[in-house]
Amino acid sequence: MSMINWFKFSAPSTFYPLAGRLIPVFWALFAILALAGLWVGFFVAPTDFQQGEGYRIIFIHVGASWMSMFTYLVMAFWAGMGLAFNTRLSGMMASALAPTGALFAFISLWTGALWGKPMWGAWWVWDARLTSELILLFLYIGFIALTHAIDDTRRADKAGAILALVGVVNVPIIYFSVKWWNTLHQGASVSLTKAPAMASIMLWGMLLCALAMWMYSLAVALMRVRVIILERERHTDWVKELLAKRSQ
Amino acid sequence: MYWNSFSDFLAMGGYGFYVWGSFGVTALVMVLEPLLITRRRRATESRLTRQIRAEARQEHA
Amino acid sequence: MLQIVSYTIARDLRLALRRPADLVSVLFFFIIVASLFPLGVGPEADLLRQLAPGVLWVGALLATMLSLPRLFADDHRDGTLEQLALSPNPLGLMVLGKVIAHWLVSGLPLALLAPVLGLQFDLPADALWVLTFSILLGTPALSGIGAIGAGLTLGLRGGGVLLSLLVLPLYIPVLIFGAGAVDATVSGLGPGAHLSLLAALTIGGVAFAPWAAAAALKIALE
Repeated sequence: MSMINWFKFSAPSTFYPLAGRLIPVFWALFAILALAGLWVGFFVAPTDFQQGEGYRIIFIHVGASWMSMFTYLVMAFWAGMGLAFNTRLSGMMASALAPTGALFAFISLWTGALWGKPMWGAWWVWDARLTSELILLFLYIGFIALTHAIDDTRRADKAGAILALVGVVNVPIIYFSVKWWNTLHQGASVSLTKAPAMASIMLWGMLLCALAMWMYSLAVALMRVRVIILERERHTDWVKELLAKRSQ
Repeated sequence: MYWNSFSDFLAMGGYGFYVWGSFGVTALVMVLEPLLITRRRRATESRLTRQIRAEARQEHA
Repeated sequence: MLQIVSYTIARDLRLALRRPADLVSVLFFFIIVASLFPLGVGPEADLLRQLAPGVLWVGALLATMLSLPRLFADDHRDGTLEQLALSPNPLGLMVLGKVIAHWLVSGLPLALLAPVLGLQFDLPADALWVLTFSILLGTPALSGIGAIGAGLTLGLRGGGVLLSLLVLPLYIPVLIFGAGAVDATVSGLGPGAHLSLLAALTIGGVAFAPWAAAAALKIALE
């Protein structure tokens, strides 16, 4: 039974209205979680005794880093589904997720730099995590550049899928090698991977903010996939009917 | 509550620039991205509607 | 199976030897890039010795990439590639042959040239040996990963720049362990661990990359 349902919703014509109904739900959840997270982050969580108020940056930094990595995994999952089952929707999902993942990687780097300046005295430190995040951003940019360079959307989807899968195999290797490189070159001079023990209320704030980013990503990816569906299915009857209804 | 006044809140104990720089850019990105998608959507919809009308006119003629 | 691989290697080598200028220009690119660095940072021997592993490895990496766009392009243009894709033999084996041939005309000569350039940077003798050996060991992985990028960008506008955008991030582990091996020798730590990891990357890269590249080629030819 569930198989039938999944394949039913993997048709763009049924997924399009479903996504349309889900988007407001995710936006509402985002608003609630973001407000709660910001409230906890700024008004409930106490001042950190080591880092003062500057530590409040981690409420978005950690969530954004998680999101950027997780989005890449989800993208690779859809890419693999697209190659395995040849479903049209999978490639559209992958290309809808990539820009959002890249933006979160950017946010992670940006907030990392703004946190690093007062805490370590430098905008950029070649820390294993920051470096891996930078490489992750490169991988996103490569995916976006490749899929945009190919005009035929079916070929673009499949080529992007192979790149995403190769990337996902390489991410652990890259992380491990960067970590190895980092420990050899910097030793104990900068130990930033160890966060000071955090009060549990801080963890709650971080978790709420991260969940808010999840909801944001879902809403935005669905919005983008709906546009992609319209563009790619423009010759089908259901899109024509839909647009005819709208213009009346 | 750890803030005595609004300016205290803005100052963030001396880290104001870094904290608000982070939250500000994140907020900007999270506002701009949906706006850009909405704009792309409007553009696509009107382009496709025009195309469909043109096709319909051709069929009539 | 081995026949397809060795046949492809022989054919590609023959084609490459018909155009020795391409091979030579890759080597000169490597020489020029490596010679630019002392001019940029100054002639202090200590500083150069410290920079040498990274500079020479980055130079070798870029030089390897230079010839990648041509890996499938010529066969694509004259239709050979489509015939090969239609033949009953696995396309991955053909790609493996091409990867090995690419290494023989880029990685191997670069490795032999590297110690000469290492002398410019005042590297000690044992480091020169490790440099040669690490480039020998690491460049097959570069050719393999590069083949994936070459397959994905086959026939695209601005394929060369796009290729480097896709491939360079994936080269990072090879660069880290390759330059790290030389670095470790200079600082007296011994290159063993780095070289084993480099070998692991190469085995993984040469074993799996041709199949991914073959999948990419099939998509490009559809």
